[in-house]
Amino acid sequence: MKRIVTTALAASLAVGLAACGSDSGDGSGSGSGDKSVTLVTHDSFAVSDDVLEAFEKQSGYKVDILKGKDAGSAVNQAVLSKDNPQGDVFFGIDNTLLSRGLDNGIFTPYEAKGLDRIPRELQLDAGEHRVTPVDYGDVCVNYDRAYFEEKDLDPPQTFDDLADPRYQDLLVTENAATSSPGLAFLLATADAYGEDGWEDYWSELRDNGVEVVDGWEQAYYERFSGAGKGDKPLVVSYASSPPVLDMESRPKEATTGVATGTCFRQIEFAGLLANAGNTEGGKALIDFLIGEKFQQDMPLNMFVHPVRENTELPEVFTRYGEEIADPHTLDPAVVDDNREQWIKTWTSLVVK
Amino acid sequence: MDLAGREVTRAAGGGKAPRARTDTGAGRRRRIPGAAGRLALMAVPAAFFAVFFAYPVGAIVARGLREGGTWQLGRIPDVLGDPDILGVLWFTLWQAAASTGLTLVLALPAAYVFARFDFPGKQLLRALVTVPFVMPTVVVGSAFLALVGRGGVLDGWWGVRLDTSVWAILLAHVFFNFAVVVRTVGGLWAQLDPRQEEAARVLGAGRLAAWRHVTLPALGPAVAAAALMVFLFTFTSFGVVQILGGPSYSTLEVEIYRQTADFLDLPTAAVLSLIQLAAVAAVLAVHAWTVRRRERALSLVAPETTARRPRGAGERALIGGVVAVAAVLLLAPLAVLAERSFAAPGGHGLAFYRALQDSDGTFAVPPLEAVGNSLAYAAVATVIAVVVGGLAAAAVTRRAGPLVRGFDALLMLPLGTSAVTVGFGFLIALDTPPLDLRSSWILVPLAQALVGVPFVVRTMLPVLRAVDDRLREAAAVLGASPLRAWREVDLPLVWRAVLVAAGFAFAVSLGEFGATVFIAGPDRPTLPVAVARLLGRAGETNYGQAMALSTILMAVCAASLLLLERVRKNQAGEF
Amino acid sequence: MLVLDDVTVRYGDRPAVDGISLDVADHEVVSVLGPSGSGKSTLLRAVAGLQPVAGGRVLLGGRDLAGVPAHRRGVGLMFQDQQLFPHRDVGGNVSFGLRMHGAPRAAARERVAELLALVGLPGAERRSVGALSGGEQQRVALARALAPSPQLLMLDEPLGQLDRSLRERLVVELRQLFGRLGTTVLAVTHDQGEAFALADRVVVMRDGHVAQSGTPVEVWERPADEFVARFLGFANVVRATVRGAEAETPWGRVGVAASGAPGAGASGERSLLIRPAGVRVGPAGSGLECTVEGRTFRGEQVLLALRPERGPSLEASVALRGAPQAGDRVGVGFEASEVVVLGE
Repeated sequence: MKRIVTTALAASLAVGLAACGSDSGDGSGSGSGDKSVTLVTHDSFAVSDDVLEAFEKQSGYKVDILKGKDAGSAVNQAVLSKDNPQGDVFFGIDNTLLSRGLDNGIFTPYEAKGLDRIPRELQLDAGEHRVTPVDYGDVCVNYDRAYFEEKDLDPPQTFDDLADPRYQDLLVTENAATSSPGLAFLLATADAYGEDGWEDYWSELRDNGVEVVDGWEQAYYERFSGAGKGDKPLVVSYASSPPVLDMESRPKEATTGVATGTCFRQIEFAGLLANAGNTEGGKALIDFLIGEKFQQDMPLNMFVHPVRENTELPEVFTRYGEEIADPHTLDPAVVDDNREQWIKTWTSLVVK
Repeated sequence: MDLAGREVTRAAGGGKAPRARTDTGAGRRRRIPGAAGRLALMAVPAAFFAVFFAYPVGAIVARGLREGGTWQLGRIPDVLGDPDILGVLWFTLWQAAASTGLTLVLALPAAYVFARFDFPGKQLLRALVTVPFVMPTVVVGSAFLALVGRGGVLDGWWGVRLDTSVWAILLAHVFFNFAVVVRTVGGLWAQLDPRQEEAARVLGAGRLAAWRHVTLPALGPAVAAAALMVFLFTFTSFGVVQILGGPSYSTLEVEIYRQTADFLDLPTAAVLSLIQLAAVAAVLAVHAWTVRRRERALSLVAPETTARRPRGAGERALIGGVVAVAAVLLLAPLAVLAERSFAAPGGHGLAFYRALQDSDGTFAVPPLEAVGNSLAYAAVATVIAVVVGGLAAAAVTRRAGPLVRGFDALLMLPLGTSAVTVGFGFLIALDTPPLDLRSSWILVPLAQALVGVPFVVRTMLPVLRAVDDRLREAAAVLGASPLRAWREVDLPLVWRAVLVAAGFAFAVSLGEFGATVFIAGPDRPTLPVAVARLLGRAGETNYGQAMALSTILMAVCAASLLLLERVRKNQAGEF
Repeated sequence: MLVLDDVTVRYGDRPAVDGISLDVADHEVVSVLGPSGSGKSTLLRAVAGLQPVAGGRVLLGGRDLAGVPAHRRGVGLMFQDQQLFPHRDVGGNVSFGLRMHGAPRAAARERVAELLALVGLPGAERRSVGALSGGEQQRVALARALAPSPQLLMLDEPLGQLDRSLRERLVVELRQLFGRLGTTVLAVTHDQGEAFALADRVVVMRDGHVAQSGTPVEVWERPADEFVARFLGFANVVRATVRGAEAETPWGRVGVAASGAPGAGASGERSLLIRPAGVRVGPAGSGLECTVEGRTFRGEQVLLALRPERGPSLEASVALRGAPQAGDRVGVGFEASEVVVLGE
């Protein structure tokens, strides 16, 4: 009853507003026609124009892209509006957030065409196919080659190395509460040392002088000596950071390297939103996301690895980057159960 | 801006004009219109607030606290029992109190100087001092980082760094709220008859005693009102704390953001939102009470008659000190900001400004388009705010019972409500036709108007209250119909106020960040959103572009304020 | 008591008070009279220490007040719009000066009651000043100024805002009060009636200078110059050539009283004042031919505006009974005793 009154009130007030409010981006959601499909995603999503146009031409759907903020808030937004989603497909939910999406039932199962080309270990919802993996990337400690060559010191490769006094005061990482790579690094240690051991490890790290900053940009470009004017030769970043860094200058040898024993794998998924207005279009769009063209286009747009097997990687990736053979991972359900508590514990342990 | 309820008293014409008593009895000079008329005026603003404020905020709180049709109020003690939350509450309180105290200490001398002295550049300085108030928090945060952060100016000169220390937060809060005190207290101070103090002096009171016994009591409620506004703004501080606080400082508002956006812990966020709402409501209630206390008769004169040139070294030193504080605290961050926007890699130049015209992946559109977006959004928001706020002000013009007063206070509530709550509330509440506005551009101006309305009400109210019914009677006797009388008498008196109100609403809309960032489409960023996004990207060019955009925003704000200052100067009375 | 010695006060470059010297004796009531802008309020503010003095000396009871701040000067000042403190009640206003001088509570209370009784507002302590009428506010302001027993009481347009009947009554009361208390008073006003009724001595100011000083009767009877005469409201002032007891005016030859007048005996081009009472109005045909242009009722007297056959218009004061009507033609003569040769 109350809602009816409010809605009636709103209706009378909003007639004018809504009338003029339908000029752009409004073709999304429930009111849209069948000929357009809306992709809800985060602000890092990018695709080359010609690739998208080719899909639109071939499928006959016009693609509207609705970008939110970072991945976390985009997922939260999707959860909050699950009864009446803003679009048809959501892209950008990763394994650390997956349970939140799945448990809240924001996705409808769909077994995408071309799924057989994607390795099983990336298909975390293989049983129900509510989400489809689209890309992956690794969060790893990066090191400044020049620094370690000059000091004649071996770059660290493992978590234990980082706690070693030889590497005292060299590492900068991100706040796990506010930064996605910061959280991934925390999760990696949780995987490495177990649910009971990671706290002790972080105490050691703290004693060894780890610095915590709020965001990745600050850590990588301001504090890290390999990419900016900072003075820390070790930073928590991505496995794809070295190729990106050297993409333009193209030095002989990569200026930064990756501590391969410190990596945590992030897999990004796409899923058909429950209650979507254009299910058919959504399905076609998911097929497109794991199709050859998009998968090939993706690395240089979003600096992530394609999931589709035998997709050729750009030359900078092979030249300056490293393939991480055995990254750390955690079951999304474990992440979801512990995330908040771990962040709290971590915060009081390291930050305060 | 003058939020502290300058509606108190109207100036009594010229300096020597007698003023036997300040009339507070509205009934004597004004017809009391029917309650029906007042309710009709209230309908539109009430509906606006019901739909675009109460409903979304209620919806998000309900999403967190209602389960299976019943309110889970048991969450409240749980949340309040959490030592981390208590720590946040404590920090929120004490930093707000400290910021308020610091602002008063630094701004009261400035209020005095602006009120009582004439000196070259005063008008300009008064306008410049107000610029920070309408600057977006993101810009201020980055300006302070450029000044006191790593690699900042102070770091470069003396190796002093204040970022991630509580001092940076406090100073930024002073930066923002300096103008609140200067304008609210200084505005009244300028109208206080200096002969009141002289009367005390002749009766044997020293300078200080005269100030304490005569000026302070008259000023007290204004100081209290300004302090409460500063407390309100700093208590709900978000952008500043997030940018300058580092990982270790968190206010209630930041915590709500974290709980909502990072953890999706809606019950905790809902409880925190309710706590904040209650605290803000309490502050506003005290504020309304102090404002009413100010409605007591004061001996007021035209402000231009009370200022004089400084005499003696002491007074000159005081003015110099105030100008120096304003320069260091308020202008230096802005200046550093502007300087960085020109500090292109190959020497100073316009490289960053030129870069704003290119689209390079950070945005779907060239950043410069944000300027157009911002202006368009702000224009629409201004229209909404002026209409809604104007009607609201008209409805509460007649000082009447608790209903009207309550409504008056209600209009202020959006100022203190978590922008995150409002933003998410919009997304989950305004999702059903005919109000599926989630992906409509109108959502942005609506959210901005919500913050603009309180400013419009505060600006219009005193002027509306000052229009004397006898003027309308005079017009009627001279043969004007009621409508004609309104056009010939009310409109000319009020239009300037409308203009000033619109100016403030425009500036505030232009700078709104907290809610806009949630609802502005990625292809249509506003200036502050674009700045935040550029700051979030690495690289010198992005940083430089952020500084360039901030400088543009700053220039637009400063220009509109200088314009307002001109309009305002010729205004009869004061508000 | 008060001595002003060549006092100058400037606003910027403009002197508001320009080298004024003035003595006020003990128990004397002096009124400074002048049009607005003549510097009279500034004079009071300079004595009170509210306005810095650019030159000259101010002495009170023999003490040089240079460098003494306002609150240590021991003068009282009643502002023209009273400046009662709105946040204090009547009692709080009156006791303010006593508190500032550290008077004990009980003594102050007693003194307040006494003063309120004196000004005719007994028992008004708890009343709010906003609720007082104009006359009551004036009385409270007076009580407040008197409370600390100032050596010198200064009044700035003390009755300016009040209506006529109240003003006339209050002037009498004030005069009696000051006489009874022996207060030394320096008042300024633009209203000659008020000044004459209140003061032992009147000082007329013009553009920061003293134009004339004397008892009310002296000033009224012998205005020093054309400015004072016109300021006092006299209209019949013309240039004339004075030769002994006679003067040549645009209205013809006029007799000049031989004795008493400050300008008596002077010869040459002078300003001449003919009081309206000295304009004798008779039937047409005798003396100067005039037409009655208007009549202003002044109680027992009627003020006639006359248009003479030559020379500027004239004012004449005649008895109400038998006064001519507008349009009547009359003949006018002049009473030598009411003709004053003015100073230059």
